[in-house]
Amino acid sequence: MSPLKIKKGATSHSAYNLRPTFSDVVERHTLAVLVENEPGVLARVIGLFSGRGYNIDSLTVAEVDHTGHLSRITIVTSGTPQVIEQIKAQLGRIVSVHDVHDLTVEGASVERELAMFKVSGTGEKRVEALRLADIFRASVVDSTLESFIFEITGAPDKIDAFAELMRPLGLTDVARTGVAALSRGE
Amino acid sequence: MTRQMSGAKMIVQALIDQGVDTVFGYPGGAVLPIYDEVFQQNAIRHILVRHEQGAVHAAEGYARATGKPGVVLVTSGPGATNAVTGLTDALMDSIPIIVLTGQVPTFMIGSDAFQEADTVGITRPCTKHNWLVKETDALSGVLHEAFHVATHGRPGPVLVDIPKDVQFATGTYTPPKPSVSHYQPKVKGDMEEITELVAAIEKAKKPVFYTGGGVINSGPAASQLLRELVKSTGFPITSTLMGLGCYPASGENWLGMLGMHGLYQANMAMHDCDLLINIGARFDDRITGRIDAFSPKSTKAHIDIDPSSINKVIKTDIPIVGDVGHVLEDILKVWKSRGRQTNSEALTKWWAQIEEWKKVDCLKFTQKGKIIKPQHALVRLEELTKKYDRYICTEVGQHQMWAAQYLGFEDPNRWMTSGGLGTMGYGFPASIGVQMAHPDALVINVAGEASWLMNMQEMGTAVQYRLPVKQFILNNERLGMVRQWQELLHGERYSQSWSEALPDFVKLADAFGAKGILCSDPDDLDDAIMEMITHDGPVIFDCLVEKHENCFPMIPSGKAHNEMLLGEASTQGVIDSKGSVLV
Ligand SMILES: Cc1cc2nc3c(=O)[nH]c(=O)nc-3n(C[C@H](O)[C@H](O)[C@H](O)COP(=O)(O)OP(=O)(O)OC[C@H]3O[C@@H](n4cnc5c(N)ncnc54)[C@H](O)[C@@H]3O)c2cc1C
Ligand SMILES: Cc1ncc(C[n+]2csc(CCOP(=O)(O)OP(=O)(O)O)c2C)c(N)n1
Repeated sequence: MSPLKIKKGATSHSAYNLRPTFSDVVERHTLAVLVENEPGVLARVIGLFSGRGYNIDSLTVAEVDHTGHLSRITIVTSGTPQVIEQIKAQLGRIVSVHDVHDLTVEGASVERELAMFKVSGTGEKRVEALRLADIFRASVVDSTLESFIFEITGAPDKIDAFAELMRPLGLTDVARTGVAALSRGE
Repeated sequence: MTRQMSGAKMIVQALIDQGVDTVFGYPGGAVLPIYDEVFQQNAIRHILVRHEQGAVHAAEGYARATGKPGVVLVTSGPGATNAVTGLTDALMDSIPIIVLTGQVPTFMIGSDAFQEADTVGITRPCTKHNWLVKETDALSGVLHEAFHVATHGRPGPVLVDIPKDVQFATGTYTPPKPSVSHYQPKVKGDMEEITELVAAIEKAKKPVFYTGGGVINSGPAASQLLRELVKSTGFPITSTLMGLGCYPASGENWLGMLGMHGLYQANMAMHDCDLLINIGARFDDRITGRIDAFSPKSTKAHIDIDPSSINKVIKTDIPIVGDVGHVLEDILKVWKSRGRQTNSEALTKWWAQIEEWKKVDCLKFTQKGKIIKPQHALVRLEELTKKYDRYICTEVGQHQMWAAQYLGFEDPNRWMTSGGLGTMGYGFPASIGVQMAHPDALVINVAGEASWLMNMQEMGTAVQYRLPVKQFILNNERLGMVRQWQELLHGERYSQSWSEALPDFVKLADAFGAKGILCSDPDDLDDAIMEMITHDGPVIFDCLVEKHENCFPMIPSGKAHNEMLLGEASTQGVIDSKGSVLV
């Protein structure tokens, strides 16, 4: 099937369609976008999302090929199947974009995110935080008498779960990198 | 052969090497080194406009009338910001132009220097691509890449921002070479899908070709192939505003323009067809009307070079990504090799139905009395000018729609109008660009008085360069299109839609050293038009027309194709509250 053919039941949705005729099922997709590493390229990608009203759930960017001047932007976005198709096509037409991959549909992929959590507390709560961190394989990267900073790597779900557990134990600060993702196999 | 030269010289050299003969521009501090080089050569003609917006529209007109990219040169800050409307216009209508802007020197960028603006930031969303060049050695490569990007794939505007120190410094110039760019859009369509479309063509009972600006973008060969395909299949064909001329208006299978102000038979055919073949059009909302009622019974094929146009608005059954010319060639090849079949019996019935729709005669009007109807003015203009080597530009409004309805276009690249952005003030400078490209042709700008005033300063340009552009103003002393919507949607409360304190256009022409003609009597019209045509120089033709004429047919916002309004009768309350939030 051509990648342009969208799933049946997807709606034709435009600013002018006041009464969508189909129910819109919102899906979450992880896109890997290979771009020329040149000034303004991130602004182009972000500008596309804000200008056309698409969602960005998470975005990471870094140079991945120094000699080829290529950067990889990993975007987690959500929308109806038709909107996701549009996002990919719109990304594809940016002149500095070399390649767009939808990791969500192109076979299995691995997603990882790194996060740091600052948890402040003493006594029982402090001990419990340390115990849970151990279970989640989070490591202590800094510690004072009243606080820890944990570092954790994993799929976004795991990090969300860890955050939920830390909240009642004195979670004061979170820093997350956003998702990096690769497809499996060759 | 690479050579050492200043950045400013490189710019002129790159333009020459890219085959540029005309540049539209306006000088200022940040481009003085370039203007110094312009002064010292004769290969490129520089046209001094009177406002940078005019330069961009002139370049658009030049590009549309030649198929070559248009080139603009303006200064930093206000020069660049004045170009923004034109850039957006060119982006919406897929017009290839290259805009060169001066910038403050690299070491002052970010310091709020005099006439500094973040030009690449401001123009990022309104260009296909843009560059800030910080090293003279990189300049020639970027300039050649700019031409490549503007003209390949879906054409569009690009901008190169060049700081003044980069213009002064010496660097290595590299001539254009076969593109090393990674930007190489696909032009050949997928054979599997092309075959699927051919199979649909063979079976179709009620087919229609829905063609658009992409046919014009693809070049004259694409129009020729389209004509061959239409002739040999016998299918009816309609076109968007942007595609007029890709199939001749005198052609047997021509239904006329479709869409909001399109012809009855064209819209009805779109609504009732069983095979809709979109060739280089983008399902604009002026075409589709109510999306969920758009062409409900058809299989939809869509040929477009830009994958993002496909499935953007309307779900497509047979998507073909590629250049119109290449794809049509393959369609013809496959269709012929399979024995040139169509369902001729069904087609005869389909045509009989279309003939019924044509009988509605949706463009009929009666010219009576002493006041010129705008439609009548255009019918006479068509009659008296069609045998000339003629190019038509328009402004935006009712006159634009009437021009599309009542003038006939036999060939591509003869019709310049602002479709996507709908920019009032486009037509006059565009006509200057067209006349520069075709000095001996008859170039007419069909205008409304309000639009025309938006870039009237370009009279100076027309007179200075002796460009005999004809400004045919249908003067209704109203912002006619706005007034029409207020009549239909806002209870005839004509808020701010009057053209008050209009100039005396004849005196205005006189003041610029041009010719002015006033016509208010239908009996004088033909003579006046002939006087306009035969005058060797720019003319402002002030045609006083019926003030409250409405433009029909009209598909009201939020309605389906088969809910078209054909005339004044019962237009009240036709647009419900949902429709009225649409534009
Ligand atoms: C007041 C007003 C009223 C209007 N009313 C109407 C109306 O009644 N009817 C009407 O038709 N329009 C009307 N318009 C114009 C309308 O807004 C759109 O500009 C127009 O319909 C778009 O034309 P198009 O679909 O041909 O697309 P264009 O804007 O010309 O786009 C061309 C398409 O072709 C593709 N393409 C480009 N090059 C190639 C190539 N080489 N090969 C393949 N594909 C290519 C592009 O990707 C794009 O999708 C009106 C405008 C105004 C201002
Ligand atoms: C720059 C700009 N501003 C506003 C509009 C909105 N607009 C569309 S048509 C129109 C009226 C045009 O009046 P005129 O040029 O006299 O043409 P007419 O409709 O009377 O033929 C206006 C204000 C526009 N299209 N462009």
